[in-house]
Amino acid sequence: MASYKLFFAGSGGQGVLTMGQMLTYAAMYADMNATWLPSYGPEMRGGTANCTVVISPDKPVSCPLIYEADDVVVMNLPSLIKFESLVKPGGNLFINSSMIEQKATRDDINVIYVPANDIALELGNARTANVVMLGAMFLADPVVPVAMIYKIMEKTFSGRKAHLLDINKTAFHAWENYEA
Amino acid sequence: MKPVFTVTKGMLPVSTSYCPGCTHGVAHRIIMETLAEMGLLGKTIGVAPIGCSVVAHQFMNVDMCEAAHGRAPAVASGIRRVHPERVVFTYQGDGDLASIGMGEIVHAAARGEKFSTFFINNGIYGMTGGQMAPTTLIGQRSTTSVDGRTREQAGMPLRICELLATLDGPAYIERVSLDTPAHIRAAKKAVRKAFEYQLAGKGFTFVELLSTCPTNWGLTPYEAMKRMGSEVAAYYPLGVYKDTGKEAE
Amino acid sequence: MSDKVLMKGNEAFAEAVIRGGVRFYFGYPITPQSEIPEFMSRELPKRGGKFLQAESELGAINMAYGCGAAGGSGFISSSSPGIALMQEGMSFLCGAEVPVTLLNVSRGGPGIGSIQPGQADYNQVTRGGGNGDYRIPVFAPASIQEAVDILYEAPSIADKYRNPVMVLADGLMGQMMEPVILPEEKHAYTSQEIPLAKPWAISGSEKGERSVVKSLRLQPEVLEAHVEHLYEKYAEMEKELERVECVDLEDAEVVFVAFGTMARLAREAMELLEAQGIRAGMIRPISLWPYPYKAFDRISDRTRVVISVELSMGQMLQDINLGVKGRVPVKLIHRVGGMLPTSLEVVEKTKKILEEVR
Repeated sequence: MASYKLFFAGSGGQGVLTMGQMLTYAAMYADMNATWLPSYGPEMRGGTANCTVVISPDKPVSCPLIYEADDVVVMNLPSLIKFESLVKPGGNLFINSSMIEQKATRDDINVIYVPANDIALELGNARTANVVMLGAMFLADPVVPVAMIYKIMEKTFSGRKAHLLDINKTAFHAWENYEA
Repeated sequence: MKPVFTVTKGMLPVSTSYCPGCTHGVAHRIIMETLAEMGLLGKTIGVAPIGCSVVAHQFMNVDMCEAAHGRAPAVASGIRRVHPERVVFTYQGDGDLASIGMGEIVHAAARGEKFSTFFINNGIYGMTGGQMAPTTLIGQRSTTSVDGRTREQAGMPLRICELLATLDGPAYIERVSLDTPAHIRAAKKAVRKAFEYQLAGKGFTFVELLSTCPTNWGLTPYEAMKRMGSEVAAYYPLGVYKDTGKEAE
Repeated sequence: MSDKVLMKGNEAFAEAVIRGGVRFYFGYPITPQSEIPEFMSRELPKRGGKFLQAESELGAINMAYGCGAAGGSGFISSSSPGIALMQEGMSFLCGAEVPVTLLNVSRGGPGIGSIQPGQADYNQVTRGGGNGDYRIPVFAPASIQEAVDILYEAPSIADKYRNPVMVLADGLMGQMMEPVILPEEKHAYTSQEIPLAKPWAISGSEKGERSVVKSLRLQPEVLEAHVEHLYEKYAEMEKELERVECVDLEDAEVVFVAFGTMARLAREAMELLEAQGIRAGMIRPISLWPYPYKAFDRISDRTRVVISVELSMGQMLQDINLGVKGRVPVKLIHRVGGMLPTSLEVVEKTKKILEEVR
């Protein structure tokens, strides 16, 4: 099986690094190989953040750096402008339409507009917008077993954060229910 | 017959390689005699500098290492982390400590490192052949200030005790001289106090020992002692610059 | 059995050396490795160790020297310009035969350069910038797991040879996360155990013979004998520590040579070339000194070109040429300044080079 190359971008505080980490943990729990690579240094100044996740089900990840991605998630306008070109032909681009009014310009890719912040607000926790977005990506491209996503959520939202587990699980499935 | 003098076990039974009239030998002896008297010879680790006393480990009868030029306080800080229960000291000259190693000594002192530093200030680079040191006095001739050091060309000599005394880290700072028997006895008392404070965990202790370099001063040993007691001590006043034990009393 | 965990490179590196027996850390903050001193300041005091933030890299290497001379297992991490400042210390440690484990999370140069990944420290770490005849083993892992395994072993190698050992990573590996299996923690000598375990160390104990640790040997014949002794040790290291991975060399038309992150990029380029019907192989030096020259004897008659893929202006070419010995052309694909090539870029440049040499 080939590897999945995923890319998440947005501004600091939008949880883009967390999205990538959740998938990487889930891949590890599923005994897959995975790498998570953040942008760092001056790139991060000005509040932009991005990360690359490569998941390889059956052999070690050759390269943590990518030149194209199967799925790209953009949480704000600068990320759309900068990273639309990273989607490989036939790949998926997930646009947080709550924050980005502009449309994608390419017609050789699938573009999915997800009003992630609006959905998250409706659910009652604006901070779950990234999980809504991750759920949308997962619906189109379930790169790891969903049980492993639950496992990392259960580990992350335990103890003092246990009350956040249900809302995050709901947020993860919000897009499929929103669509339906 | 009762012996009137015995050689200290603190020094190895070899001749030193220092020049006639040089006070390194005196400084070595009072430090090592003190360690022997305190029963610390088998519990002490020393750090030798770069300079004439780079060979101190050939004479001092304790576990020793050399340090790169100026870095003895950093080296001693590392040793101290591994052996918190041992006695640790550095022995450094004025080129080593007050010039190239100024960063290390200031930071070790500021951290209140629990080791003792013995600072040999003879106002000149001995080993390399008599160049100007940061402690060379105004008007003093050296091979790099042949007509005498000037303020315009080389700035002013550094007073290290006074400088370190501005820090909160050190527990004890004193300047002593090795020019007369009385001063040497006082110097030995200062050395002992430094080790006692170290053993009591009080913090960084520092003893500056004014020393001679007859060879590079171009003086006889006697003239050198006279100069040290007058001209040198006038710029570098003897005395206690910090004593947290006393302050606490 | 140890569990698999997901860790950021820099933190995994730090955890690995602690498990490898390191109890003392000395360092000065520098990007892109500052997570390491941060991690050490939290972890070492909990695990019977000590953390000391040095006043400079000069301070750090000399603190580590004091620690190693006293018999402690010390660790230093820094990045390229900081490593440059430590070169005097490294020469000193080699001369005085004092062990320490060093990690260089390298970045772009010359000078302050950039904080993005670079491999232009190749000459600095394999040739050394310190004075005198000395050698330091250098390992360049390509994954976090490999880095963890090497850093776990490094303190033992340093102790065995009484010599510094360096691991070379880059900023990319330091920031990356990958699942790793952490090895079991080794025993670290206590200050009471040091006099017996390391009788040569200056431990300030009554153990019979006095210990002296030094690099100065004023008599020429004594220093000559000492340097000869060091080189007998280095000859043994050359036999024992050489590490290399060779991939698909048998019928490769092109052979990449790359280390660290660039080896992973070259690996992907191999797969992409394969899909286009071009057979590519790779020699991946894991030890940069000793350099695996003999691996180049395994290059087949079918190979038309050897290509170094580097984040430098070709600092590794000299070693590659010593291995290839003129049998096939040696070319370079590189980026510098913190720029990273993509695997696609490597593929395109490789095809162009193949056209030239065919």
